[in-house]
Parts: sequence; structure tokens; C-alpha cells
Amino acid sequence: MSKVLVVTSGKGGVGKTTTTAALGAALAQRGDKVVVVDFDVGLRNLDLVMGAERRVVFDLINVVQGVAKLPQALIKDKRLENLWLLPASQTRDKDALTEEGVGKVIADLRSRFDWVICDSPAGIERGASMAMRFADEAVIVTNPEVSSVRDSDRIIGMLDSKTVRAEKGERVEKHILITRYDPSRAARGEMLTIDDILEILATPLLGIIPESQDVLKASNVGTPVTLSNADGAPARAYIDAARRLCGDSVPMQVPSERKRFMDRLLRRRAA
Amino acid sequence: MSMGLLRLLRGKKTSAPVARERLQILLAHERGLRGQPDLLGVLREEILAVVSKHVTLDPTKVIVRLERGDDVSTLEVDIEVPNDFERKRVAVA
Repeated sequence: MSKVLVVTSGKGGVGKTTTTAALGAALAQRGDKVVVVDFDVGLRNLDLVMGAERRVVFDLINVVQGVAKLPQALIKDKRLENLWLLPASQTRDKDALTEEGVGKVIADLRSRFDWVICDSPAGIERGASMAMRFADEAVIVTNPEVSSVRDSDRIIGMLDSKTVRAEKGERVEKHILITRYDPSRAARGEMLTIDDILEILATPLLGIIPESQDVLKASNVGTPVTLSNADGAPARAYIDAARRLCGDSVPMQVPSERKRFMDRLLRRRAA
Repeated sequence: MSMGLLRLLRGKKTSAPVARERLQILLAHERGLRGQPDLLGVLREEILAVVSKHVTLDPTKVIVRLERGDDVSTLEVDIEVPNDFERKRVAVA
């Protein structure tokens, strides 16, 4: 049984692409066959975060327009046997994403993979609406910050009205993933709390990814963060989130500052 | 937590509760509007249509404004009519 999952947010820069790569790799490591699809036409970046930027030949729009066959455009990950990438076009414009064409590609991907993970562009325009159009489930990436929460609310409204499932009277299963969570700022009362965000958005929590240098380091070298430092806090949080997506019941870890505080203390003493 | 406690003892206000309250008010409002046609646009078109039955108007001189207050909101309609306006003859049904 295959699932189409959209990773979306409304707001830019909150961590959609990082999340797509990390969840894709974590699900593939579990043994599922996964494809990550970049919908950010004109501003593709999933290829870069996945470390496949030099292997792109054909892209999503080539497949939509029938210029290339789907297997020609799919790029196989070099680290994980079950992980594939369908890149976005860097040159064409987003109007080339027709609903009919995208629908055909998604249907074809469904027949080949267990998970089709669609990395949405920011905004609420065509690229974003096409990325969510055929989704069964959605991960809404949210930072603990007012503009991100407001945009997430708007995106939730679109998921409930503008998707094929919504139009058929069915539900898109939605999950909130809180990223860039800074426990020390939360403790100082400078950041919206997890409870605040969940109460405002009235949507269940998939996971909390702590703010970490691991994420930048992973993108620097083009490796999903779940592979580059599998023992790090963000990797563990993403791996838990992937398990929850598969229906496992995993206790939620709220990142705390205690460990970081001890780290700082030890580092200071050592210095 | 220690920092939070310190702040509490000092009686300083933190910003997160402000963020939460602002968001709750804003989103309650935005959710109410979602999915509905643009109210002001519809009002403007219909008011313009009614007045135009009787008076020749410049459509750009019709301004509809909605001012949101705490208890009540006011709808302001500003229609500029030229002094030598041409009164239309309304066909009597």
C-alpha cells in the first residue's frame, strides 16, 4: 500500500527540504521503497540537500510533458538502496505543472514506491497547490514563531479544501512537525511553547526537531541529516517521526536544555 | 527552567504569551473569512449596481471600507457623485 505524503509549510526557510530528505532517508532505512519529489520548480534544492545535484539529467516537468520517461528521470541514492529522487526543473516555469500531468506522474510513482514524498515550495501558488493536490497525508513544518504558525494555519485550511481527498469528502491526515526548536529560549519564555502551537493549530504532533548545527553540516555535504550524524539529536527526532508515520507508537521527546547546559559547563571548564 | 523562574521572580514579562495571544485573535478572525467570497468586493459591486440604476457614476469613485472595532464594526460607503450628475430615467415596471 503506497502513500503520498506532502511536506509543506506556507512559509519559506522553515525546513521543508531538510525534512523531506531526512524523513525520506529514515523511511528508506526501515526498508520501505521511497521517492522524494521536488516541486519547487525554478528554485530546486532537494537535489543539493540529497547530494545528487550533479546527477540530474531529466526532471519532473520533462516527465509531466512526456519529454522523458519516469525511470529516466529518477535518480537512485548512492547510500540507500531504497531511496530515489525526482528533481524539479531549474529552468522552466511552474505553469508547466498541469494538474492532469502531475496526477499521472503521481499515479505512476504510487505503483512503484511505498512512499511518495512531495517537497512543496513555499507560498500558496501553483507549485504548492500541486504538491499537496494528490496527498494522502501531510507534514506541516512549523517553527515556534508567529509568522510560521500563521502560515501553517493557512496551509491547513488549503489541505482541508483544495486537495483531491478533501473534494471527495475524505480527509488528508495532517501532522505538525516543529523544527528549529530551541529549548533554552523556550525556557526563558521567548518562544511559543509546543502546547501553544498545538492548541492554536489543533493538529497532532509528529515530532520536535531541535535547532542544531547538524542540520547545516548535513546540507553542506549533501547528506540527509539522518545519515550524516545518525546519533545526533535532530537525526534521532527525525527517525522517531518516521516511525510514527509508519504507525509505531514512540514516546515524544521534548528537547530539553539540561544536556546543552551541561555541555556548555563542561566545555567552559575544559577551556 | 532556572532562567524562567528567575524571570518570574523578577516579575519581568516574557514575550511568548504575547505571541500566543496575538496569534489566537488573528487566526480566529482569518478562519472566519476563509472560503468565503471577499465580502467588501461583493458589497462594492452590489452597491455600485444599485446606485448606477439611478445615477451615472465613475466606478473608481466608490469606496467601501470596513472598520473593525472591539465591540462593533462600521461599514463606510463613500460614493463620489458629480454635481451635474445625470439622473437616469428608471423604467417603471
